[in-house]
Amino acid sequence: MLKRPHYILFSIVLVVVLAFLTLPKKTAAQLKFVFSGMFLPLVGLTTSVEHLADEISRAVGSRRSLQKEVETLRRENEQLRLRTFQTQQVWEENGQLRQSLEWQKQSPWKPKLARVVLRDPANWWRTLQIDKGSRDGVQPNLPVLTPAGLIGCVREVTSSRSQVALIGDPNCQVSALVKASDANGIVAAGPSSILEQAIVNLKFLPRGSRIKPGDEIITSGLGGIYPKGIPIGHVLDTNTVGYGLYLEARIKLLADPKQLEEVFVLLP
Amino acid sequence: MTGVMSVCLIAAAYLLVFLEALGFPFRHWLGTQIDFLPGLMVYAGLKGGLVNSISIALIGGILFDSVSANPLAISVLPLLVVGGIAHWNREVVLQDQLFAQFVLGTISSAAAPLMTVVSLYGIGASPLLGWGSLWQWLLLALGGGLATPLIFQTLIRFEKAFSHPPLLETSYRADREIKRGRI
Repeated sequence: MLKRPHYILFSIVLVVVLAFLTLPKKTAAQLKFVFSGMFLPLVGLTTSVEHLADEISRAVGSRRSLQKEVETLRRENEQLRLRTFQTQQVWEENGQLRQSLEWQKQSPWKPKLARVVLRDPANWWRTLQIDKGSRDGVQPNLPVLTPAGLIGCVREVTSSRSQVALIGDPNCQVSALVKASDANGIVAAGPSSILEQAIVNLKFLPRGSRIKPGDEIITSGLGGIYPKGIPIGHVLDTNTVGYGLYLEARIKLLADPKQLEEVFVLLP
Repeated sequence: MTGVMSVCLIAAAYLLVFLEALGFPFRHWLGTQIDFLPGLMVYAGLKGGLVNSISIALIGGILFDSVSANPLAISVLPLLVVGGIAHWNREVVLQDQLFAQFVLGTISSAAAPLMTVVSLYGIGASPLLGWGSLWQWLLLALGGGLATPLIFQTLIRFEKAFSHPPLLETSYRADREIKRGRI
């Protein structure tokens, strides 16, 4: 049975746990990053191994297939350059029109590439850690996306790393609209999000909204966190909730949260 | 348990949390991350002392919470309960039987997340839970149960590698020697 030293040990553990749980939010977040920093050597090691494997596969791959890949990339690069040039022209034109209408000037997005280093091991949260922090200009509440679409927002930040809450996490809600019908709603976790991370719900849609499967969902720009027009996903199906007061849609996210390796943080 | 084994247990907790943070194994396919720490706590409780169980619960729990959105140290007490119960019942458990290890691993892997979720609700957090969580819970229990015998076998091998080989006793006893005289 329990002896006196055991009681003392248990009391010490209990005091330590209570001390951690009652820490101020900011201090607790900083401490978390300190402890999770202990995994960085292993993260570096796995990255090096991945790089090595990539190099080996490249060296082993046939010269012909590599040449073909280079040619495809070159062509794609030319197309993208042309599109960038066109976008720049449109952007300048938009700026001039806004100036003539005396509208507030829109600032362009500054995407910052970040690498996903650790994922949340708990099944009841949807978060991950990226390798960019405050010294790279990252701040809490900045949008995080992939080339496919929005995936979440920055939650906690330290100098070198940040925690990102993904869409589907109880702490990440996004104001969104259905592009075809202009109906506004809130993207949040739904019952399907537990087993399938890429499926979330668009809640609080007006009852009479005309929404059909396949409709595109984008950020509405309301709330001031996410700029308007970032693609989020497309509608799978709809149903009425709250005794018919609201409409709710299930959405398939464009960016698959399970496949994230690199993400962009949109800097202001 | 030797001091080297205590360090090995802490290293195992560190590595297992890192593997979980990488999504190992099958997280993409199962939609559930298997937790290895309850299985490790069963090992620490049965094979090590109470101090080992406490240190693994404290270090493993804090490391787990540091990479998660859980409040820091919320996982410590559930792990400690699992390790403590295993420790107090170590004399009545057939700890070398694979089936016993599997059953203990399954029970502890089911109990630890349940206690963590109850603690989360207790401090006012609202984790993502629903009917699908029951399926996740089942997978967590079974996955943890299957992982526990693996953890046992790996650590027992480590223990053997770091300890002196057992002294082999012969059946020879000097007081039973038959001394033949002259016929």
